[in-house]
Amino acid sequence: MAQIHIFLHAFILFLSLFFVVTNEKKHETVTEVCPNTPSVSPPLKSKTTKAERRALQEAQRAAKAASKANGNSAVAESGKAALAKSKNQSSLKKDGPPVTSEVTIDKKSGNRPPEKERKKDAPPQRMQFDDQNRVGKAKRRALVNQTEAKNRVELFRHLPQYDHGSQLPNLESKLFQLDSVHPAVFKVGLRYMAGDISGVNARCTEMLRALQEAIIDYSTPPEKVLIRELTAKISSYISFINECRPLSISMGNAIRFVKRRIAKLPLSHTDVEAKTALCSDIDRFINEKIIIADKVIVGHASTKVRDGDVLLTYGLSCVVEMILLSAHDVGKKFRVVVVDSRPKLESQALLNRLIAKGLSCTYTHINAVSYIMHEVTKVFLGASAVLSNGTVLSRVGTACIAMVAHAFSVPVLICCEAFKFHERVLLDSICCNEIGDPGALATVPGRMDINYLENWTNEENLQLLNLMYDVTPSDYVSVIVTDHGMIPPTSVPVIVREYGQEHYLI
Amino acid sequence: MLFLLMYLFIDLDASKIEGSQATAKQAAELLRSVISQQRLPQTHQATALISAVRAVGEKLIAANPVELAVGNIVRRVLHIIREEDLSLATAAIDGLELSAVSDDEDDVERDDYPVLSAAAVAAAARSTLRPPSLQTLLEDTPISAAIPHTSSSGGDSEGKSRSVDKSSRGRKLKHDVIEAVNELIQDISTCYEQIAEQAVEHIHQNEVILTLGSSKTVLEFLCAAKEKKRSFKVFVAEGAPRYQGHLLAKELAARGLQTTVITDSAVFAMISRVNMVIVGAHAVMANGGVIAPVGLNMVALAAQRHAVPFVVLAGSHKLCPLYPHNPEVLLNELRSPSELLDFGEFSDCMDSASGGSLHVVNPTFDYVPPKLVSLFITDTGGHNPSYMYRLIADYYSADDLVVKRRPATTS
Repeated sequence: MAQIHIFLHAFILFLSLFFVVTNEKKHETVTEVCPNTPSVSPPLKSKTTKAERRALQEAQRAAKAASKANGNSAVAESGKAALAKSKNQSSLKKDGPPVTSEVTIDKKSGNRPPEKERKKDAPPQRMQFDDQNRVGKAKRRALVNQTEAKNRVELFRHLPQYDHGSQLPNLESKLFQLDSVHPAVFKVGLRYMAGDISGVNARCTEMLRALQEAIIDYSTPPEKVLIRELTAKISSYISFINECRPLSISMGNAIRFVKRRIAKLPLSHTDVEAKTALCSDIDRFINEKIIIADKVIVGHASTKVRDGDVLLTYGLSCVVEMILLSAHDVGKKFRVVVVDSRPKLESQALLNRLIAKGLSCTYTHINAVSYIMHEVTKVFLGASAVLSNGTVLSRVGTACIAMVAHAFSVPVLICCEAFKFHERVLLDSICCNEIGDPGALATVPGRMDINYLENWTNEENLQLLNLMYDVTPSDYVSVIVTDHGMIPPTSVPVIVREYGQEHYLI
Repeated sequence: MLFLLMYLFIDLDASKIEGSQATAKQAAELLRSVISQQRLPQTHQATALISAVRAVGEKLIAANPVELAVGNIVRRVLHIIREEDLSLATAAIDGLELSAVSDDEDDVERDDYPVLSAAAVAAAARSTLRPPSLQTLLEDTPISAAIPHTSSSGGDSEGKSRSVDKSSRGRKLKHDVIEAVNELIQDISTCYEQIAEQAVEHIHQNEVILTLGSSKTVLEFLCAAKEKKRSFKVFVAEGAPRYQGHLLAKELAARGLQTTVITDSAVFAMISRVNMVIVGAHAVMANGGVIAPVGLNMVALAAQRHAVPFVVLAGSHKLCPLYPHNPEVLLNELRSPSELLDFGEFSDCMDSASGGSLHVVNPTFDYVPPKLVSLFITDTGGHNPSYMYRLIADYYSADDLVVKRRPATTS
């Protein structure tokens, strides 16, 4: 009698904890004790909040009320093993997009009112690379084995610092061998690693197109539900891309959109219908949020360019390039100052294109900004992401330009699409950044005489730091030009709140 | 000596001599040889020396006006000449008074003597102590002519002693001036050690220091702190387009300091974790503003935003008595664009008839206004930017601000 009591209690405990694991784990997998085969890398699990777990539980309990009686005894024993495994995986966090929200939306039809969930919907923590445990586990599941860079900078131990480019030939040879990764996704990952694609818009578009192809080629295995399997597959692709090159914050928004659309698919759709719906959704996203948004931004910003202006731009932002070219096409007379910096020297490509179109340009490097700023009337900058406290995350050096412009009372206009707005907040550039290849600092292309740092790896006291992003405080930004209009930086959290949820649910 | 001059001009013109210290030293040595070889007349030795030094100095400054250290040294030497002359004149006046007092017993022959000597004393005092004005210029010739006249009218012995006095005074002036110039050269050579001695007062344990480009003063400063067993970290910004930061980082790492090289664009990102910014300067102007390698204005603004002290190390030979008017343009040097862009890269798009034009701007120096500088550390100690004008009064005279010879009619 007492034993059955204990079993019942244990069973309820195990069942409730078992359903904590995200919905990929189905009822049948409880019977298999051995872990998943490594060919299909297990899907990402991220921390779910209490509210979501309860919502999950209730819905699934309601659905499974009938079959509960059958699985009693089997669940009790194998539940233990599953519990240990599921605990491990649920606590493993990876540097990926926030995946909690699709769960909330999924179960919205349940009992919970939406406002309460939104309140507890804090962004999940990103993977911190100084946590040995988690790094070890991530490494074991990784497809791309990056080697750690020597001479790591201590201040940035929480970010991955790898030997760049070392894995490229290795992965190229594996192109036709890896079944777990769709070839289109593989190709995009390789191009990221090689540095062929740069700039958030380009990266986002390429990634979404690759996911589109993967979705088209996808076929649901028998006896599995499309929604869960597809989400699992997409997550695995995203983790592969992340290993090739860490995702930027605004790419997370795009991925979140895709997962939400998948989760919102009605269960009645067949595979073909679901896939066409998803592809058209992705097309619409790219069209509305990137291509048309760019046109709207260009329209707004061109009104700010007057005859006789001297415009300063930095780095390679496709939106700013479009603005300059369209203003020139309309016939306005202005000059452009193009500022460049090491180690990428990406503004030279922009300079080439501008001169070819007939604009008169001045080229200089970032140290000379104080020298040239007294001539400048407006500064146009692009962004990688705009955060909720009004700070702008973009190419390293943008903060310096904005600061000098502010000191000379020159207005700074940030041009970015609304899908780059994010609810995170950042105070400085240290906590969240990307570290590029340190070797790029040691040599200067075209200057053979600058070779003082040739053997920098041998010096144990010497480190090279190649930051990719930096954070511009909101008081240096005069206005942000988006497809919603021209807004001050203080209005960013309003846009995130009002337009963030609804627009994605069209 | 002429060859020395020529070589110095050529070197200055081609900016081959790197670093203000070397330039200053060479200029001082050159001026010392000019002084030692100058023949001095009986009277107005100081004026003769001054005009000789001015002649050479004008040419030196014209060879490279942006290298302000040269002008500083010329003005320092001129000031030295004036000071030595003044001190000799006061010594002579004291001597005259003494001799006047001792001669008082002999009343008869020297009745007019004390009167004359008083007049002579007054005249001598006026000529050396008063700042030059129209009146002193007019008074100068007759009075100083009167002194030897009156002295010769006195006893032979006194006259002889007076003339001997004058020539020995002339030799003494030269000797004193050369001694003082030697001291100046010595000061220039040892400015690094004197600045580095103060390092321990400013750098404590576990600090993070940021610098840009390379400066020997900064290197010695940081190594002196390291010698005293303070362990700290250094972030060195590259300093494009010369990339001297690479050199400095290599040196520091070789001497055992934890160094990290960052790009100039990352300065704002990293400065939130930095305790102090320590940089060298090319020149310090009279208002406390700094002419520094390009990029340092950006660093100074970032340091102000994050309330990080911005410390400038400068030897006293870099202190310039001029006020910076439009320094970005007038005190700047634009270098070749080939440091930024390769020659062949943009020629094809320039050829097209689309009308696009390309200018490349590559300035060497940046101006940092005095309100962004927290502290100057010179070989005489630490000073506020608002104090620098007072130091100028110690080293320079107001007459020498314009080192141009007056047209030949008056001299």
